[in-house]
Formats: sequence, structure tokens, C-alpha cells
Amino acid sequence: MAFRDGPFENIKVPLVWTAAVTVVVAAVGCVLLLISDARAQNSPYQPVRAGVESVSGPVGGVFAAPVRWFGHASDYVGGYFFAVSENRRLKRELAELQPWRDQAIALKNVNARYEAMLGIRPEPPVAMRTARSISDTRGPFSNARLIDVGSAKGVKVGNPVINEHGLVGRIVGTSPNISRMLLLTDVASRTPVLVDRTDARALLTGDGSGNPRLEFVRGAGSVQAGDRILSSGDGGGFPRGVPIGVAAKGIDGSWRVKLFSDRGAIDYVRVMLFEDFGQLIGPDDLNAPPLAALDTVAAATPAQAAAISDAAARRAAAAATPPAQPAARTPARSPAQSPAQSPAQSPAQPATPPAPSPGGTE
Amino acid sequence: MRRPVAVRVVGPMQWIVYPALITVAATIVLQTPVELFGLHLPEPVIPMVLAFAWPLIRPSVLAPLVLAGLGLLLDILTYGPLGLWALAFLVIYSVVLASRSFLAGQDTAVLFVWYAACCGLAFLLAYLAMAVITGMPASLISLALQVAPTLLLFPFAHRLIERFEDGDVRFR
Repeated sequence: MAFRDGPFENIKVPLVWTAAVTVVVAAVGCVLLLISDARAQNSPYQPVRAGVESVSGPVGGVFAAPVRWFGHASDYVGGYFFAVSENRRLKRELAELQPWRDQAIALKNVNARYEAMLGIRPEPPVAMRTARSISDTRGPFSNARLIDVGSAKGVKVGNPVINEHGLVGRIVGTSPNISRMLLLTDVASRTPVLVDRTDARALLTGDGSGNPRLEFVRGAGSVQAGDRILSSGDGGGFPRGVPIGVAAKGIDGSWRVKLFSDRGAIDYVRVMLFEDFGQLIGPDDLNAPPLAALDTVAAATPAQAAAISDAAARRAAAAATPPAQPAARTPARSPAQSPAQSPAQSPAQPATPPAPSPGGTE
Repeated sequence: MRRPVAVRVVGPMQWIVYPALITVAATIVLQTPVELFGLHLPEPVIPMVLAFAWPLIRPSVLAPLVLAGLGLLLDILTYGPLGLWALAFLVIYSVVLASRSFLAGQDTAVLFVWYAACCGLAFLLAYLAMAVITGMPASLISLALQVAPTLLLFPFAHRLIERFEDGDVRFR
């Protein structure tokens, strides 16, 4: 018996009701999605995002290409019209920068010697990939861009992105040829920074406006208007010292940063293939209980076992011996008495001070 | 002899699918990274037009589903949390659907006031949801810079309603 021939043949559900039921069902699905996603990097929907972006990215690139060509053409024409004034300005800047260049060379030399003397292991040079911005998302809730390099060229989630002026953002999603870059101004962006003048630490927090906030500034008076803000490298996500901007007071009284990257268009960027040192070890290893690595140590050789048992026996004998009277121990601690000690009691003390090395730093 | 009258049936392709595709295309075009004298292209929330117009045109099962799909696509294109704009659009759709009998046939000014109120509600919902998710309320200036171009899209919503509200004689 067909449904229309049954007892429900005269029942007609108003279209408004069916639409309302559809709305409710779809809304419940959206709430569940909202709870389960929240733009987290380990979101289960990240492959879906990467798939859509790998399709929409080239489409955006088609629209971005004429804009870029027009920009190049206007720069080409403008170069003729403003060649003289530009030449004068560049000469003036060059004259101002000459002393800075000499000073930088001298400081680099001194710094290299300090690093050699102190045995500091400097950070290795960071490889870079140049990319073009092909799509731009603005607004209060998201500030992100698509760029035209991806995991096929070694770009990974977390890589910092810079332009010729300073830090722009970081990579939050990759597909083989397209990457999603989250800008410093995004409401979800958090970047550990330092104030160059005072070395004070703070957190650069985006809020969707053009000038992100400086939050959790440590120390009273550690920030002044005009202070240079750099990446601190804390947490290992960014290399230390990447220029970010200049501190300024916002109209709401909070400290904000005028970004260097806003001095020019963010059309061409460079992705720093910087390895976060937190990625060098698995999180499970960091959370392992103390001495868990003892299970992986090779068995002790007979010589090592003998040394360990000897040390344990000596420690047990010392613990069993009653403590000596303080008056009796006082002369033994006197420097004048130390030459009288037997060599066996102080094997680490050299008889004579070590000779200075011929390759010393004097 | 009475001549037969041609009845024009407006299907979902005309008032749902084509406007949805136009909306997606316009969203992608406006995401082009253009910067001229330090100014960028405006970025209105274009599917808001459909969320307001579709329930006024006629109730439908397909429309809210397409609207949810548009919202999810917008969330991916703008790198927002999945479900944020879809939920906001569905809320607007349900509000307008509930007040459909009141809004039908109203003057343009009344419709604009309702459109503005719906936009305000959608942005308020998105603002609160993002504040909870990220722990940082977004800048109100930046919010106003997105609300304003979205309000300026009202003529498109009005045009859509005028075009399709009486397009199918079965819904007169």
C-alpha cells in the first residue's frame, strides 16, 4: 500500500514547518562543528580546509595576477616621474647609513669573538622560501592570507613569515602548493615579543585591528612610546630578534604595536623554514617520568659495575662512621693544612696551576 | 476561445542556486589582495543578503541547507571557526521566517530597518562566539568596518525579494 493511500493521505505539513525543522537540524550541526573545530591546528577538519584552499587558492591567484601586473606597471611609470627625487632621497639615506654599516661590521666581529670565547652555539642560518600572496581575508574575526608555496617546498605549520620590513605572521595550514598564513593582527594570534631597549618580555595579541596589543608586559616602565619590538624566541616558535614594530599608546590607553610589515604591501613574503626546537622532541618524551631513560641505557661494563659498587661501599662506610668532633675537623679545612693532605685524599687538586695556553685570548 | 496563459514557474535554480554561486564568486573576488594608497577592498559578509531575502521570498527546505553550506564555505575561505557564519545565517533565516507574515509587502524603509537589525544580531552572535573561542574580543572599529559594507548590500536583497517574491503564481 502506497503512503498516499494510507491514513496520512490528507495530512499536509505547512512548508514553513518543514523549513523550520531544517533550520533547527542545520543549526544543531553548526553548533557541533563550532565546538569541535575552533580553528585548532589539530582540528579534524584541517584536511577539508586544505582541500578547499588548494582549489580556491589558484582561483584567487588568477584575480591577484592583474592587480600585481598593474602595480608593476604603475611602479615602472612612476619610476620615471619620480627618478630625481628618489635619487636624492636614496643618496641622503645612504649617507646616513654608512656609519651604521661600519658599526654593524665592527659589532659583528666583536660578537663573533665573544661567541667563540664563551662557547655559545649560535643559531644556524634559516632557509627561506619566497611566496606570493594570492588571497587576503580581512575583518574583525580573521586576518589571514593564502600564499602560493606549500608543503611541497618544505613549508610546515608554525613557520614564521616575514616581508622586507618585518614579521608578518605564521603558517597555520599547508597543502602541497598553497599555505594559509595567519597575520599578527588576527584575533587568535599570540606572539612572544621583547622590548629591545629594556629586554622586557610581553605577548603580542591580535584583536582584528591594524595594531595588535602588547599584553602581559613585565616590569614597570619597561615600555615607552617608540620602543622597538622584536620577537623574543620564547617558546621556540619564532627565532629571536625578528623586527616586528614600534610601541605606541592606543586610544584606549593600552600599549599597541605599529607593525613594520604595514610599511608596504604584503604581496611578496618569505617563509622562514625555522624548526621550532619544541618539535625536536616528542611531547610524550617531555612528559615522561624522571629517570625513564634509564631503561634505554646499555648494561654497565664490568669496570663500570666495579666502580659503582666501590663507590656505594665507600658511601655506606662513610655513613656508618660516627661524625668526628668539629674541633678535630677544623684544622683539616684550613688552607694552611691542605698541602699536608695525602694525594689520595685530593686527587683532583693539581700540584701546580695549569700553564696558560699559547692560543689564549689575551 | 480563451488563450492559455503561460505560467512562469520559478524553480530553486533561479532563486537559490544562481544567487548562491554569485555570492561565492563575489566573496572570492573581494578577497583579492588589492592595496591602493594603503586601502584594501571592502569585505562585506555577502551571504547575509540571501539569509534575509530567501525566507521572505518563500519558505523552503533547500534554502537553509544551502545557506548553511554557504556559511561553512565562508568560514573556510575566511579561516574562521567552522560553523560560525553558518550558525549566524541560520539564526537570521529563522528570525525572518518567523516574522515573514509581518514583513511581507512592507515598505522598503521597514525592510531596511529589519535588515539592519538582522545584521546587528548576526554580528553580535559572531562577536560573542569569537570572544569565547579566542579569549580576546575583537576590535569594535574593525567590526564596524565590516558591518557598514554589509549594510550597503541591502539594495541587492531588496532587488532579490522584488524579483522573486511573486515570481511563482503558486505562492501568491
